[in-house]
Amino acid sequence: MKGKSPSITSRLWACFSVLGVVLLWQLLTGTGMIDAYLLPSPLMVGRAFFTELPSLIEHSKITLSEAFTGLGLGILLGFFMAVIMDQLEPLYQALYPLVILTQTVPTVAIAPLLVLWFGYEMTPKVILIVVTTFFPITVGLLSGFKSADPDAVSLLRAMGAGKGQIFFYIKLPQAMDQFFSGLRISASYAVVGAVISEWLGGFGGLGVYMTRVKKAFSFDKMFAVILLISAISLLLMSGVDILERLCMPWKRIKN
Amino acid sequence: MAVLRAEGITKSFDGQKIIENITLELYEGELVSLVGVSGGGKTTLFNVIAGLSQPDEGRIFLDGVDITGRPGQVSYMLQKDLLLPYRTIEDNVALPLLIRGVKKKEARKRASDFFSQFGLEGTQKKYPAQLSGGMRQRAALLRTYLFSERVALLDEPFSALDMLTKSCIHDWYLQVMAQIHLSTLFVTHDIDEAILLSDRVCLLTGRPGRITKEIRIEEPRPRGKDFPLSERFLEHKRQILFYLENS
Repeated sequence: MKGKSPSITSRLWACFSVLGVVLLWQLLTGTGMIDAYLLPSPLMVGRAFFTELPSLIEHSKITLSEAFTGLGLGILLGFFMAVIMDQLEPLYQALYPLVILTQTVPTVAIAPLLVLWFGYEMTPKVILIVVTTFFPITVGLLSGFKSADPDAVSLLRAMGAGKGQIFFYIKLPQAMDQFFSGLRISASYAVVGAVISEWLGGFGGLGVYMTRVKKAFSFDKMFAVILLISAISLLLMSGVDILERLCMPWKRIKN
Repeated sequence: MAVLRAEGITKSFDGQKIIENITLELYEGELVSLVGVSGGGKTTLFNVIAGLSQPDEGRIFLDGVDITGRPGQVSYMLQKDLLLPYRTIEDNVALPLLIRGVKKKEARKRASDFFSQFGLEGTQKKYPAQLSGGMRQRAALLRTYLFSERVALLDEPFSALDMLTKSCIHDWYLQVMAQIHLSTLFVTHDIDEAILLSDRVCLLTGRPGRITKEIRIEEPRPRGKDFPLSERFLEHKRQILFYLENS
């Protein structure tokens, strides 16, 4: 675990670098070195963000409900896949290539097909998000299960524990670290996945909003929505961090 | 009748015999040490007795009942304490009860009765990382005891501890054992430890490993701190070293 002081200084550096980029951006655009129709200044983006806030909120509700449904189902599927693949070696051999294959298919390519098959409503979007989010969960959990301490496993076997008990007492808790690393990635995939699937067909959501403002050449609004999407992803990821700390209290203990 | 009886145990790995025709008896409340070089088959024998692997020949009896190849009958403790870092000490030591199907609340209660006896008061809600090496071994031993009050197999349980901690834990161990009368089979390569703790010392030597000599340590209990400095102690040690060198 990191001590307190290095993490504060590293955060300070991160703040400086972000602030620096924003300042540079304002300098370039505010002085007219780059025309505002090509790149709006941070101040214009901020203004657009607040005037558009009501409709941004409406659209985020749709995007977030897709993202959460997809992520929830993705976690369930990822978990289920990892468990059956861990318990039955033949299933591992059979399914692992398929699991990898799902990740080599470009999202942008299958999204229109999914729209064609399932329509413009929520279903195709949720499917797309499930396909992208289950993978980090499955891979993380699987490597966690496989790295379970063999001595701890034989100790429990000597105590007469069955396969289920060994899973519950040893494998699952020892895979929590990797599960949360996977979940952090999946959470950000979920939001991005929702937005991409909305680009390619839908009636609402941040992706739809983005396509509209792009067609209207309102780049200030475009940047405002990009900002919002990043913020949502960051919030979700820190939500995962908080959840991790709550679920793993022993991690906070120092000797 | 012996509590535990291993009868003519032979076991090979990849066509090579590791242990051959080992017969061993453990009586009620007795501590028997198995002394021999590392890699001499002590752990193989333990795995067979614990039911984790099947012997090629021979049977294991617990109170006269054949338990060959059946885990969950005798308890088992290794050099690594194997306390699970994500469980509190009370939930770690209660683990064998939980595995047997005892409800969590009841298991914790039954475990808590032994905390003071094992010198573990106040550690119930702590995590293993918060305890010293010696305390962790105590907790591991309590877990072993809660698993079986009859027979325990201890595989070099104290060998990872530093000398001072080890000496403290030996005193503690003799005190606890005087109260709980756990029949124990104890693997060690530390001859001093074997003499200090045991009623009998069995020498496991050769390839494949056989029990070549049994030495009785008929010394009164409780054995104090000065016992390892006494002439009688050295006499036992001389005898053991002699047999180890001449086998």
